[in-house]
Amino acid sequence: MSENQRIIEIEVLRYHPEKDKAPYQQVFQVPFTDDMSVLQGVQYIKDYLDGSLSFRWSCRMAICGSCGMMINGEPSLSCETFLRDYYPARVRVEALAHFPIERDLVINMEGFIEKLESIQPYIIPKEPRTLAQGEYLQTPAQLGAYEQFSSCINCMLCYAACPQFGLNSEFVGPAAMALLHRYNVDSRDGGKAERMELVNSEEGVFNCTAVGYCSEVCPKHVDPANAVNQNKTNSAADYFMRFLTPKGGAK
Amino acid sequence: MSKRRPYVRPMAGWWRKNPFFVEYMIHEGTALFVAAYALILLTGLVYLAHGEAAWNVWLEGLKNPWYIAFHWLALAAMCYHTYTWFKIMPRTMPPVIVGGKRLPDFAITGSGLAVAVTASLAMFGLVWGMAR
Repeated sequence: MSENQRIIEIEVLRYHPEKDKAPYQQVFQVPFTDDMSVLQGVQYIKDYLDGSLSFRWSCRMAICGSCGMMINGEPSLSCETFLRDYYPARVRVEALAHFPIERDLVINMEGFIEKLESIQPYIIPKEPRTLAQGEYLQTPAQLGAYEQFSSCINCMLCYAACPQFGLNSEFVGPAAMALLHRYNVDSRDGGKAERMELVNSEEGVFNCTAVGYCSEVCPKHVDPANAVNQNKTNSAADYFMRFLTPKGGAK
Repeated sequence: MSKRRPYVRPMAGWWRKNPFFVEYMIHEGTALFVAAYALILLTGLVYLAHGEAAWNVWLEGLKNPWYIAFHWLALAAMCYHTYTWFKIMPRTMPPVIVGGKRLPDFAITGSGLAVAVTASLAMFGLVWGMAR
């Protein structure tokens, strides 16, 4: 540790499913240097102060999306949030909001994984294609239509930022809807009609009230609010199409 | 037997926990002023249907300082509502491509606000002209 080392207080929301009825706050005194992230602060606690503290992390460089936490009430990747920005005040660290807490800073993400599956996050070809036909070709404009939405790292910060998901966990939610949109606007894909069933459903886009905080907290600038709200228009179009075409918007 | 016991945190008071949500609730709340103003105009229409005397009673009622104060309050609320409405507009529409480039958010918000101001001034001028 260097000479300019200071001590910061980190307040962690602890919860042990076998011991605690409800989560409680615990404060740790953590020595830190200017280059230390909140994740490194939490790692210091685990290594030197309390080995029972549980949290998820992997890459330490905002790529893997594992280390999302509420930091002073804001959904953030703890690897790219720095202790120096809070000192000398205390930093409050809590598991991602709106998800059930499994233990300490670890949330239960099963619901999110199911949602990711439900949107069919893969290209569903318009028609069968043989290898002999070669690869799909796309223009830069066709790539531009979905590229931004393909940057999602599934960190779930947008879910922790979405009060509508907090109030109704059935809502498909920002990240899954952004990924759904990413495939629907891909020129190679032909699965839009299938995915629109989910967009139009009770769990679909109309749970969103355009709070817009999901896009504010996104570390990858995916703008999930844009994907959700574009699909409100698509869903309305889908609905009114039924009056214009014989089989309508439904399958 | 599983030792898992996931804890679900309560949502009570969620909108007070983050300044972003407080702002969201305020801009949603300004819609109530729009509704209140619509009711005032509807009341005027009912009075108008009852003839000129009734209409004049309604007009006199509007001169009440409380009513005038409410109008200023409603105007402020409407201005704030308009601003936040266009601020979120880039998030709610498909990308606008101009000359092969995506139109930046501030251009969309800016043109929305410009249209709102122009339309309001035109309407104000029209009504002002008719009233004279």
